[in-house]
Amino acid sequence: MMDWPFYLDSVFPALNRGLGVSLQLIVPSALLGLAGGVLLGSLRVFGSPRLRRAGDMYTAVLRGVPLVIQLFILYYVLPKIGLYLDGFSAAVLGFILCSAAYHSEYVRGAFLSIRQGQLKAAQALGFSPLQSIRFILLPQAMRLALPGCGNEIVYLIKYSSLAYMTTCVELTGEAKVLASRHWRYTEIFLAAGLYYLCLTSLASFILHKIEARAHIPGFGRQK
Amino acid sequence: MLAYLAAVAGEAPYILSGSLVTLGVVCASLGLGFCMGVPLALAQVYGLPTARRLVAVYTWFFRGTPILVLLYLFHFGLFDALNLNMPALVSACIVLGLASSAYQSQIFRGSLEALPAGQFKAARALGFSSVQSVRHIILPQALRLSLPGWSNEYSILLKDSALVYVLGVPEIMTRAHFVASRTSWHVTYYILAALLYLAITALGLKLLRLLEKKTRLPGYNL
Amino acid sequence: MNEKTGTFPEPALRLEEISKSLGGRLILDAVSLDLRKGERKVLIGPSGAGKSTLLQCVNCLVLPDRGRIFLKGEELDQSDNRALRLFRRRVGMIFQDFNLFDHLTALGNVGIALQKVRGLPKAEAESRAVEELARVGLEGKASMYPAELSGGQKQRVAIARALAMDPEVILLDEPTSALDPELAGEVLTVIRDLADGGMTMLMATHQMDFALALADEILFMEQGRIIEQGVPSLLLAPGSGTRTLDFCSRLALGAEGRI
Repeated sequence: MMDWPFYLDSVFPALNRGLGVSLQLIVPSALLGLAGGVLLGSLRVFGSPRLRRAGDMYTAVLRGVPLVIQLFILYYVLPKIGLYLDGFSAAVLGFILCSAAYHSEYVRGAFLSIRQGQLKAAQALGFSPLQSIRFILLPQAMRLALPGCGNEIVYLIKYSSLAYMTTCVELTGEAKVLASRHWRYTEIFLAAGLYYLCLTSLASFILHKIEARAHIPGFGRQK
Repeated sequence: MLAYLAAVAGEAPYILSGSLVTLGVVCASLGLGFCMGVPLALAQVYGLPTARRLVAVYTWFFRGTPILVLLYLFHFGLFDALNLNMPALVSACIVLGLASSAYQSQIFRGSLEALPAGQFKAARALGFSSVQSVRHIILPQALRLSLPGWSNEYSILLKDSALVYVLGVPEIMTRAHFVASRTSWHVTYYILAALLYLAITALGLKLLRLLEKKTRLPGYNL
Repeated sequence: MNEKTGTFPEPALRLEEISKSLGGRLILDAVSLDLRKGERKVLIGPSGAGKSTLLQCVNCLVLPDRGRIFLKGEELDQSDNRALRLFRRRVGMIFQDFNLFDHLTALGNVGIALQKVRGLPKAEAESRAVEELARVGLEGKASMYPAELSGGQKQRVAIARALAMDPEVILLDEPTSALDPELAGEVLTVIRDLADGGMTMLMATHQMDFALALADEILFMEQGRIIEQGVPSLLLAPGSGTRTLDFCSRLALGAEGRI
């Protein structure tokens, strides 16, 4: 039986508050994570051998270690180097560092799959290396990487729930606090789950729209 | 420095032995995910429209909801409400397994759809029943195609398994967290745990690559 | 007979002793050549002779190990990236596999270097691109993407792209060898028009009849060296006994009756 007053007075206000915090976590993390991933992915393809190796190493480590542990390490390491961040900022930083690693993997793969001739043609026209990357290779790579990066953003939405581990009370945190107070885990977490489902579905929808808009004959999803 | 190292060495075995629990959780949930993922994928590719829609809703739910929310929902919510008295370890395996089944079904579905339509027809033309065709012709091919995706799923699941520490399952993360809070050497013990995860990821991927090589057939190197 | 040879006073492009090794194999062995303004030279020879590498060495898409490159008498400093880019602007290149930018329309392909390399304003770059597309007969295809164009159309866009930069020399690396014979014709027509307009060209090709009709001089390459060169009519005179004649008659194998 639905206990409407409980929902209307306690659950929804708390979850809405949490949703707000979650969105503040997700949006900057997604944007900066993607930007970082593009940069890192480019470095891993076009950088000097040493930079490339460093980039590969960074990516392997961040993709191989559970995000919770990364967040904990960050949360405890930062004060030791004189950087006092609250749980929220530590979480955002952790999300950016981690999703940059994941994005870079797609970006790198996309760069590597572009035909060699594209770069040659650009050079033959007098493009500088940086211009060739910026105007010829990157626009192609991003179209190829878009589905993968989009998935990554959807993942980020779900993993934003880990911010609660660094004492940042967002959607999951609000749900947990409320659920343990009333011991009504089923309803509250079902509701929280639906909030996340809305977010992830909305994000997928928007990303598909972007993909469709960026679609060019001869690129990406075509049978 | 020496005292520090000795102290860490003293705690290390406790954390290390958590990797057995972690491995157990990962294997159990990969197995559950596989056992459910294959029929789900078959239903989504070959099933009736109703079955397809149900599977779509199932995968949408489990792929769109954070593991953390699922863990709380099932262990403290549903299982508790049903008076199942589920041990945390079992809850953890079930939740991760259900989530994994949604992902694995997508991997298998991709492979099934990548197979040429002629395979099924050829099997039917030889007199195989549809179940036989799937069992003997379609699945052996589709599962081979799925192996790379499956390796990926393994490393994702391994990392997700760290989350079950919220249920108190004594795996790597839980133990590291426990020792870290007791000694206040957070960075040390979390880094130790991180290294452990890196090692297990690398080990598992090596084994899976071996499996890939073993089962490889000419023409199946995607 | 071709009386034009020897009537080009102004030097356009000069290569001196260009050598290149790749993977321990000598691909180019001290190749020298001179191209005067308006002159058209054609490189022929078996595949693997080094024709394509030579063309790519000219604008340093492949850096030569040794050798000097001059454009209008000025030597190119191959280690100076800025100078290299300015040089490449002045030397157009047509590739065997077109290498159109896959993410840009035909118009975008022609316009992008005008805008980003030469720094023209967008509108100006665009109107110039429209002009160039019209020149190769593709005014109707401006908004098409490479994937929507036929091979011949792609190569014509590539030519328009090179021409838009107002190059002083054009290098063509087997421009029709990736095309079906029926599509090659439209590309050859465009190249012939260019030649008639007085463009300085260095072209590698297997299209013998075309080479003969177009070339002021034929350069026959084998194993990284130019082993024969001369006016087509002399090099291919029946009974001349040249390697070039031998190569061409084996290539022809048909009664197409060249020369």
